[in-house]
Amino acid sequence: MNAPRRNMMLADALAQVGAVGLFMFSILAAVPKSLRHYRETVRQVWFVGAMSLVIIMTCGLFVGMVLSLQLYYVLTNFGGTAALGTVVALSMFRELGPVVTALLFAGRAGTSMTAEIGLMRATDQLSAMEMMAVDPMSYVVAPRFLAGILAMPLLVCIFNALGLLGAHLVGVSWLGLDNGTFWGNMTSTVEVWSDLLNGVWKSAAFGAVIALIATFQGYTTPPTSEGVAYATTRTVVSSAIVVLALDFVMTAFLM
Amino acid sequence: MTQPRRSFQVGTGLFILLGFAALTYLATQTTSIANYQQGDSYALKAKFSNIGQLKVRAPVKLAGVRIGSVQSITLDPQTLSAIVMIGIDKRFAEIPDDSAAAIFTSGLLGDQYVGIQPGGSPDMFKDGDEVILTQSSMQLEDLIGKFLVGGDTAKQGDQAKTDGSE
Repeated sequence: MNAPRRNMMLADALAQVGAVGLFMFSILAAVPKSLRHYRETVRQVWFVGAMSLVIIMTCGLFVGMVLSLQLYYVLTNFGGTAALGTVVALSMFRELGPVVTALLFAGRAGTSMTAEIGLMRATDQLSAMEMMAVDPMSYVVAPRFLAGILAMPLLVCIFNALGLLGAHLVGVSWLGLDNGTFWGNMTSTVEVWSDLLNGVWKSAAFGAVIALIATFQGYTTPPTSEGVAYATTRTVVSSAIVVLALDFVMTAFLM
Repeated sequence: MTQPRRSFQVGTGLFILLGFAALTYLATQTTSIANYQQGDSYALKAKFSNIGQLKVRAPVKLAGVRIGSVQSITLDPQTLSAIVMIGIDKRFAEIPDDSAAAIFTSGLLGDQYVGIQPGGSPDMFKDGDEVILTQSSMQLEDLIGKFLVGGDTAKQGDQAKTDGSE
């Protein structure tokens, strides 16, 4: 009795992965057509990007501040506080910026994508669009996917800039580290291509993956209020897992 | 209808602008690009018998202050020594022309840089001058080698002395 059920679960999981893959291809196929509705893409960039600014900026500031505080405490043991700026910049640019922004983005923007599309499905708006010969893939799904890819790298850059500001506030203004040492060691170690842009590429991939998961969950949700609730939860959970796993794989390849 | 669309378009534009401004700021102020940009500089030539791990764009420091950077490293085919061209910022024009250049390591395992030790000549370096007094990079392997060999020769010398006395 147990073994068949486990097989069923395995088959379900595989079917889910396959469905997401097929959904991705249909989004990519719908992208050229969606460029006609570029206004919709702009509106989505505004919604998932500009509206996320407050949470991204606040979190970036505090992540930079706490990172600076912790590293100062640890580095004093080795007499290496001069490396504070370098370590903060490298860890923000390479890892914390893209990953933390992606997790916040999944919670802030991914959920609302799922809920919005899920409610469209539940209230038969998607079917109505199809009847009016408007392809929901190119009018609803593809603009959100493009907006995810466009907005995430910009959000990560803002997150990193605010993080460095926070690190500078704590390290230099509060703990009394030398300003020149802080920036000088940073500029002599951090590279544009291998450190800063490395994180930017990753964040674009995270944006695509989160938008893909969010739109898929919304598009395929059972048309009930409970179904939309579950779909929204699944978006956050699977986005977080996929982002962290993809982060490891991409870091291994981009190194 | 047009009013809300306008406002979100302006918001999107501001957001994209802010994002790119952040990227430009990070790229130009916090990475190594910040070291490339420099004002007008004048070039000096220095010959070293060994430059160790010195790289192009390594800093040139005087009294610990960054005053320029290494612009090129080539090999002189005649003397078989390294020719290091260094660019020094025009702001630091008053460096005596008997100053010495040496290759130091920042910290125990840090990157190498060219250190200028000021001399006392009344004449100043001009564009294209050569730094005559140079000191090559300290090679850890050489030091260890000297230490080992030096210990050996001292022993041999002792032996020779004892041999001679016998």
